[in-house]
Amino acid sequence: MKKMKSNIALSESGFVFNPNTGESFTLNPVGQQLFEMIREGQDYQSIRKKFLEIYEVEDSIFEKDYEDFVHLLHSYQMMEPDEQA
Amino acid sequence: MNRRKVTVAVTALNAIDSPGPGVPVIRGLKESEMLDVRIVGLSYESLEPGIYMHDIVDKVYQIPYPSSGIESLLARIEYIHSKENLDVIIPNFDAELFPFIRLEERLRAMGIRTFLPTEKQFDERHKINLPAFGKKYGIKVPASEPVNDPNEIGKISKEMKFPLLVKGKFYDAFVAFNADQAREYFHKVSAKWGLPIILQEYVKGIEYNVIGLGDGKGNRIAAVPIRKQYITDKGKAWGGISVGDEKMLALTDHFIQSTKWRGPFELELMKDEKNEFSLLEINPRIPAWVYLSVGVGQNIPEALVRLALGEKVDAFSHYEIGKMFIRYSWDMIVDLKDYQQIATYGEL
Repeated sequence: MKKMKSNIALSESGFVFNPNTGESFTLNPVGQQLFEMIREGQDYQSIRKKFLEIYEVEDSIFEKDYEDFVHLLHSYQMMEPDEQA
Repeated sequence: MNRRKVTVAVTALNAIDSPGPGVPVIRGLKESEMLDVRIVGLSYESLEPGIYMHDIVDKVYQIPYPSSGIESLLARIEYIHSKENLDVIIPNFDAELFPFIRLEERLRAMGIRTFLPTEKQFDERHKINLPAFGKKYGIKVPASEPVNDPNEIGKISKEMKFPLLVKGKFYDAFVAFNADQAREYFHKVSAKWGLPIILQEYVKGIEYNVIGLGDGKGNRIAAVPIRKQYITDKGKAWGGISVGDEKMLALTDHFIQSTKWRGPFELELMKDEKNEFSLLEINPRIPAWVYLSVGVGQNIPEALVRLALGEKVDAFSHYEIGKMFIRYSWDMIVDLKDYQQIATYGEL
């Protein structure tokens, strides 16, 4: 399961701050929702199910977008390192 | 709380695009909850802005440039001391540290305290000696070579690939992409700061800095790491944010413990794509962004003065992460008589 670092801060407006690196980002509402689910520790299947219910998105496109998003979280050092591929 | 009354002399009151740390040091001291500080500013030029900040600087004296020798500096300090009864001096320029280190015992005999690195510490962290420093203490540093003659650049550039940083021994750094550029910068930097200049391997990455204070016994009194967010063309941080990177704090502790660093310092670090830090430079003094350390809960100027006075100072255990500084310039309106006074009499 993907595990996010516990000290990553997310504001209600979608502003993300990584206190380890000092970097900050802004998420759109969809990104914010995905971010929160990953932070809560939900697994891929659970997140996929919810997204396919809420949004009109093809399974394969969601999978790609999910992987891209998680890859970005890794590259910005927001995920725990032992979970890296 | 009864605050201890002290008179502290502070240098580096300038605030050009590469600003001196004097004014932010004074702001930290004025906000001290333990010290009631009277500030004596020490200036070199008549247009240093701190001279005219009468709300935080109580009195100003011009002092001779370090190049005029330590005896003339001492004579001027003796005069200032006779008027002001100084308790502590905080020198904030790289170029004046060596004379003040040399004068430490004589100042102490006069009743004036400093809290500076030792001559050995000052020398071995020098840009010229950085590769040997890194090897001795097991700290990753970029390759670098001191250069005294522009004709050496061609030979060195065969060993170290471009781009290379061309650095002055005290200040200034330019990125050179070929030997012609490196020679041009050699002349520019050496004309200002003298020889040698330093050719340093260019490390690509994100710039981080740590401000710290060592007690001279291997203990960390203070440390605040930041990420530079806005960098000027002079490489100066004009905005930054405090971060909580444990690797940087561990590196800082290693630096303090292994060198038994005494006094304030700034570590200039570069984080590469592998998330590894290289130590680019050690500044043996307070940096100009010191006020952020005050803002996040570590009043380093106050702790420095208390250490200089021989007080027992507890190490700061935490600081606020995610606090930013954003620098700006501010135009003061100054009476000609003030300028005339400092320019003519060297006092204001």
